[in-house]
Amino acid sequence: MSEVKIVEAPDGIAGEGYFLTSFEKVVGMARSHSLWPLPFATSCCGIEFMATMASHYDLARFGSERMSFSPRQSDLLMVMGTIAKKMGPVLKHVYEQMAEPRWVLSVGACACSGGIFDTYSVLQGIDRIIPVDVYVPGCPPRPEQILEGIMKIQDLVRNEPLRRRNEPQYKQLLAGYGIE
Amino acid sequence: MIKLTSEEILSRIQSAFTEGIVEAYESFGMLTVVFKREINIELLSFLKQDKDLNFHFLTDLCAVHYPDRENEEMGMIYHLHNFFTGTRIRLECFFPIADPTIRTIIPLWNSANWQERETFDFYGVIFEGHPDLRRIVNVDEMDYFPQLKQYPLEDAVREDKNDAMFGR
Repeated sequence: MSEVKIVEAPDGIAGEGYFLTSFEKVVGMARSHSLWPLPFATSCCGIEFMATMASHYDLARFGSERMSFSPRQSDLLMVMGTIAKKMGPVLKHVYEQMAEPRWVLSVGACACSGGIFDTYSVLQGIDRIIPVDVYVPGCPPRPEQILEGIMKIQDLVRNEPLRRRNEPQYKQLLAGYGIE
Repeated sequence: MIKLTSEEILSRIQSAFTEGIVEAYESFGMLTVVFKREINIELLSFLKQDKDLNFHFLTDLCAVHYPDRENEEMGMIYHLHNFFTGTRIRLECFFPIADPTIRTIIPLWNSANWQERETFDFYGVIFEGHPDLRRIVNVDEMDYFPQLKQYPLEDAVREDKNDAMFGR
């Protein structure tokens, strides 16, 4: 029997029958280990994502085994694959439907920069239409790289101040993309 | 059903159409007939309905742009197939880009509908009589026809790839 590893408690003051810490740390910890990803897979990076989800690499180990195919219930938008310009408004619509807090992981060269498709019909990186939190390069990236990207997202989630989404800087960022 | 040779197919076409056939040649064993765009429906419906020729299947249609050919810049290519004898034929016609119009062949093959829309989308060929000639693949806001040779293939908004990166 291997030892079951559980998440360590955040910094705080522990005593007989009580534990004191800040709300922010507990919420961040809980959120980071229960991200519901929304896979937006349009091409070959989506196949790598399937490998990441399957038993060998097993994204479930990171608390993300529950795919949400409704944007309204998901926390993390994973964009995997080439986004054509015609798909751009659809992707933006999906992002707008997600509830706060929401994060975006851009997987693969095409989603990050257009990749080899430097052509009139392909969006040259999804960060032209939605804000991206973590970029995973590769064509396509290995499942290990996707897992690394998820762990980077988890770091962001864990350390995000509770009021970040209410700050004027964040509103300004969204306004820069034309999102209310 | 007897498989007709290219010469027999061509002689039947030439006896049915005294005018309108520009030239004919064989390329990789496939008969290619160049015709004038005014007879496109008549020629295609003859090939489709003739009992012996029986080219009943429209494999593909597309346009091509040759900017150097004067008054023949735009080409319209049809590929037909006879399943029963395994015979194929290629039909080409050329016309000036200033007047890129040709009659639609939807009355003959309904499958031409979307293919003609795609050809319009990429080359700007106007199909007279098409019931719904609008863009099908590219974004609706696109204001040019991207497969015409004067437009660059690369996306214009990309800044991270410049000539310096390729030693130019």
